Amino acid sequence: MKKVYLDNAATTPQDPEVVEAMLPYFKEHFGNPSSIHAFGQKAKEGIDKARKIIAKKIKANPDEIIFTSGGTEANNLALKGIAHTQKAKGNHIITSQIEHHSVLNTARQLEKEGFKVTYLKVDKEGLVDPKELEKAITKETILVSVMAANNEIGTIEPTRELAKVARSHKIYFHTDAVQAFCKIPFDVGWGIDLASFSAHKIHGPKGIGALYIKRGTKIQPRQVGGHQEFEKRAGTENVPAIVGFGKAVEIYNVDELRKIAELRDKLIEGVINKIPKVKLNGPKEKRLPNIANFSFLGVEGEALLMELDSKGIACSTGSACAAPTLEPSHVLQAIGITAIVAHSSLRMSLGKENSEEDIDYVLEILPQAVKNLRKISPF
Amino acid sequence: MYTKKVIQLFKHPHNVGKIKNPDGLGKAGNPVCGDIMWIYIKIGKNKKGEETIKDIRFSTFGCAAAIATSSMVTDLAKGKTISEAKKITRKDVADELGGLPPVKFHCSNLAVDALHKAIQNYEKKKHK
Ligand code: FES
Repeated sequence: MKKVYLDNAATTPQDPEVVEAMLPYFKEHFGNPSSIHAFGQKAKEGIDKARKIIAKKIKANPDEIIFTSGGTEANNLALKGIAHTQKAKGNHIITSQIEHHSVLNTARQLEKEGFKVTYLKVDKEGLVDPKELEKAITKETILVSVMAANNEIGTIEPTRELAKVARSHKIYFHTDAVQAFCKIPFDVGWGIDLASFSAHKIHGPKGIGALYIKRGTKIQPRQVGGHQEFEKRAGTENVPAIVGFGKAVEIYNVDELRKIAELRDKLIEGVINKIPKVKLNGPKEKRLPNIANFSFLGVEGEALLMELDSKGIACSTGSACAAPTLEPSHVLQAIGITAIVAHSSLRMSLGKENSEEDIDYVLEILPQAVKNLRKISPF
Repeated sequence: MYTKKVIQLFKHPHNVGKIKNPDGLGKAGNPVCGDIMWIYIKIGKNKKGEETIKDIRFSTFGCAAAIATSSMVTDLAKGKTISEAKKITRKDVADELGGLPPVKFHCSNLAVDALHKAIQNYEKKKHK
């Protein structure tokens, strides 16, 4: 059966070159980077190189990159670390309604500790308005955290403008750049104090990410022990994964993005032309090149996902039926989509492995799948 | 997460569709996740003269588990007498399917509810 993977916003296949680069660090370069001998130093070289590559990509200094176990840990470290360090200055944090759960649930935990959190509303394209941020700031505000791009609908936030607002009030600005990383221009010089990244969304290994922390930023570590990661994150480094992360960034080919965007547009056009009663969710323009999110009215998303899966097509849904909480996607709700439309949603996220034929195949299978399920539907 | 039986019935559900002028129509909705299930029944009589479910159909706006459980409920009810059909429980359905993930229990409730409501609807009409 043909297989088409359209869930690259969840995770991506690892690039063979990345795997190749990691292998020696499982074998001959197995040393502990904290060791002084040659074995240790060889491993340390691998880490240093990766750190430089990642720093360069976002125009930071290598000592501003802290490796973590992934985007989730980076977000936890950023929010809790700043909140706990700045507690004496104030107890107010601002974020948005469409953040990833690793930001939202961290914010909720901080609320339980006594912090006040404002969740900024977004417009129907998913955009946070810098003016709304300005209005939400109080004397107590210590941190603003707004994602660089959204994982469900692909909205690209006005990060530069948001950072500027925070900076003008001397408030720390953090951004979850996990989905945006490598896909859109990103520069910490925009006034960003902290930013989270993950390797496995860009063809790197799982279990590794990073937090950019601007020089001079005081942050309370979450995990203490040895002196690793500039005393900001203790524990022996995951050397092979770090090396793989560096390689993934090094070989990331921005030219592929144009092809991906073209395929995505072909997909969107085909879906809209071939399938009646379909809605494109999210922004028209300010959208990541790889994400498309649709609602097929009258069709439940999980059932559609399973139907497509049985034909070799992998994607994801914001339907309540697919959520462990049985609640529709908070992102779709935040952009004003009714529960019933969110219920019919399907996210397709493309990657560099996708071809023209893949999209043709989807455009052949999807209309039939929707038709079949509509036959079952009472609507 | 789903058993083979669930997937198989989801892909090839039985008794899908509507019945024109049904003797009973049961509509169940799920306040939790917003799913909707309609069951249509046609009543007949067996040799003993007892009322039976002669034909039964369903339509749903629900997940894969909802589709599979509706298929199973309608199969279980078809040909049964009304009093037998009333005794079908969520557990019967889930057992026949080889189990359901806990988060999907309510989907089987939905199907059973719709069946019971269809029978009620028929009985109400009859006693008018
Ligand atoms: S019908 Fe919604 S979870 Fe099954």
